[in-house]
Amino acid sequence: MDTEITLRVDGGTHPLTVDTRTTLLDALRERLRITSPKKGCDHGQCGACTVLLDGRRVNSCLVLAVTVDDAEVTTSDGLAEGDREHPLHRAFLDNDAFQCGYCTPGQVCSAAGVLAEARAGWPSTVTDDLTAADVDLTDDEIRDRMSGNLCRCAAYAHIVPAVAAVAEAEGVRR
Amino acid sequence: MTTMDRLIGAGVERLDGPAKVRGTAPYAYEQDPGEPICHVAVVQSTVNHGRITRLDPAAAEAMPGVLAVLTPANAPRLGEGLASDLPVLQSLDVHYQGQIVAAVVAESSEIAKAAVGAVVVEYSAAEPDVALSADRPDLYAPEQLMAGFDTDSVIGDVDGALATAAATVDATYSTPTQHNNPIEMHTSMARWDEDRLTLWDANQGPHNIVNDLMTAFGLERGQVRVISPYVGGAFGSKAFTHPNQILAAMAAKVVGRTVVFELTRQQMFSLVGHRTPTIQRVRLGADAEGRLTAISHEVVEHTSRINEFAEQTATATRVLYAAPHRRTTHRLARLDVPPPTIMRAPGETPGLFALESAMDELAHAAGIDPVELRIRNEPERDPERDVPWSSRNLVACLRTGAERFGWAGRDLRPGVREDGRWLVGTGVASATYPARRRKAECRITGHGDGRWTVEIDGSDIGTGAWTALTQIAADALGVELGAIELRIGDSDLPFAGGAGGSTGLASWGSAIVLTARDVRRELDERWGGQLPADGVVVKGEVPGPSPHAQDWSMHAFGAHFVEVRVDRDTGEVRLPRASSVYAAGTIVNARTARSQFLGGFSMGVSMALHEESVVDERFGHYVNHDLAEYHVATNADIGDIDIHWLEEHDAYVNELGIKGIGEIGITGAAAAVANAYWHATGLRVRDLPITPDKYFRELGLG
Repeated sequence: MDTEITLRVDGGTHPLTVDTRTTLLDALRERLRITSPKKGCDHGQCGACTVLLDGRRVNSCLVLAVTVDDAEVTTSDGLAEGDREHPLHRAFLDNDAFQCGYCTPGQVCSAAGVLAEARAGWPSTVTDDLTAADVDLTDDEIRDRMSGNLCRCAAYAHIVPAVAAVAEAEGVRR
Repeated sequence: MTTMDRLIGAGVERLDGPAKVRGTAPYAYEQDPGEPICHVAVVQSTVNHGRITRLDPAAAEAMPGVLAVLTPANAPRLGEGLASDLPVLQSLDVHYQGQIVAAVVAESSEIAKAAVGAVVVEYSAAEPDVALSADRPDLYAPEQLMAGFDTDSVIGDVDGALATAAATVDATYSTPTQHNNPIEMHTSMARWDEDRLTLWDANQGPHNIVNDLMTAFGLERGQVRVISPYVGGAFGSKAFTHPNQILAAMAAKVVGRTVVFELTRQQMFSLVGHRTPTIQRVRLGADAEGRLTAISHEVVEHTSRINEFAEQTATATRVLYAAPHRRTTHRLARLDVPPPTIMRAPGETPGLFALESAMDELAHAAGIDPVELRIRNEPERDPERDVPWSSRNLVACLRTGAERFGWAGRDLRPGVREDGRWLVGTGVASATYPARRRKAECRITGHGDGRWTVEIDGSDIGTGAWTALTQIAADALGVELGAIELRIGDSDLPFAGGAGGSTGLASWGSAIVLTARDVRRELDERWGGQLPADGVVVKGEVPGPSPHAQDWSMHAFGAHFVEVRVDRDTGEVRLPRASSVYAAGTIVNARTARSQFLGGFSMGVSMALHEESVVDERFGHYVNHDLAEYHVATNADIGDIDIHWLEEHDAYVNELGIKGIGEIGITGAAAAVANAYWHATGLRVRDLPITPDKYFRELGLG
């Protein structure tokens, strides 16, 4: 069954027709040809398709497109402002926090989500004091919070300092 | 041209980096074919060995949006001579579970996937034969191993030397089936323009794919183009043609439109290869000072019914340590499994887990520090070929690594260090990988305005080749980085052998250097050293292996040091820190090289602690065929990793002294983890991966 929806992606508005079975990821990649989010498993297991949905990170392969008619979708490409790279883009480049690059837009979106969650005071499973008002994004906090995004090239030990650099600049790492 | 500081060695930021972090670098499926794309989804066999007795596509064909259902009954006939699993839909016979038995082509991916479920297939099948064991009566010796290595090597009297040795080890190690699992799933997008085929494809070398497409579809060289500028990881599974490339081209031909076949993650466990499981018996004999007198390494592994892939598991044992009496053997079982293939450092990776674990056991038996044991067994020449080393700095790697890690003063005793609930231990292992060079061609065009175009069908599967080759070209031509336009990843470019065997930069870089030399000669001889206004075009090549390869033994070496912590109550294993030191010839890009070493080592940690494709011996399938159940290391699994390399100049390997670094990082890494685990717990786990259940098994509680 086809349905008319409108997707708002990276500041653009896209009316389109989707199968009701179409995931947000396939709507972006196959219908709109917005290919910054990648498909690595289609089952929410790898994180390559991570986008921000109204500012929160989601696996876009686990979201049906018809459910996000009124939401704002941000991809890693959309985090940049025109030609100006996002601080996370710069930090990933500075730290060579990727190799093949396929999981990277998802890692970047996930990191943006981590920073927002830390600013909001959300604890993780490795947070010692669950009642603390402020989150300190230590290396262990970053490792844990970024573990939903697999990197088969295993750039993990470079992703941690990349996220840490931006966390420090944003005041969520002491 | 101007002279300037060398770019080779500099940590130049990835040239493709800005596009990759934003997600705008076009991988296979993201290329624009110039028309709407339709979708292929496949029906896979549910039996391992048998024959299709009924195949009814009618219900699928009737679904709106379905363009075609291809089956062995109606699929176009492919040309003869294709290897093993490539004749897709040419027969009713089934050789492995997951074999493609029908394919749906539809207007959308949703329709294609739904229609797959409507295809009815029935089989007659034999019981699956998928269990590898060392006592199977049908084990056989292959003619030769992968990459042309001898199946066996025997020097001296191993059994006699073992019988009289002061200290011995006799242990059997095993590694499970592993799957490459690059995060970009294998994807092929095909378009025909009359009798010309274009394939946008995820592979490790477009030229590797072109020949099979020519054979399959009866095409001449100029009729096929494979385009692959960006590839989302590979680790060997994208080295050779698999059924996906053939099927995509076939489907596009049938429907007369551009089609894409993007494998699912689950399909990648049967259609694009895996690393064979291994069973390895290692026997070591040493004198009272720990000097090896005998080394025996006997390997049992599998291959499929339809291809022979004989992994060269014990070949690293032929080069790593001195011993007068030595033996390595490889035996295969042909099983009802999908065709195995290359996975990062095939041979060295499983082989060094066994050898380097056994060396640790010997160190304990002889009461010698395991770093010192290795240093005492350093061979002056290649111990089996009896030729000198082109360069070998294993001892320096061991000493430097020990210093960086803080090895000095380490207590040899296992199972005596505690930190709260954690049992703490440290381990070491050596790494090695051959340095090879392959044939590669190159075309350099000098434009009148001072820009240069450098063309070669190299591949960047994440290695950093886009950047490193540009650095090499700029140095070779004596110009700035920005003056070079590099073109790679396209079969219309001059021939190159693809990314594999850690040969990429050594081969493509050499071709660029030699071609640039010809450019300079032409400019000097014909144009007074100046680039003429209407430019020059020069073609060159590197013909193949180094001319010194026969007379010198060429290998990279390294040493890993790791700390492991094991939870005494749960058996959970953590790896808080490691130091890894390499001697691998010229390092072209210090930034991307660090990532290659780091990625290789981290994949070795993943192998040690997580990776295992579990076969159900009753039904013959991989039960954990996705990324939720086939565990790979996540961010939280990797601690602080210190990567370091030694300056090394090798005049024999190739024009640039490059040894190749894509694979050495993984070799030995799993043994270092297992050795540290033993040091922490006193438990020797000889069957990977070292999962928490084995902690309880070894304690006799499991």
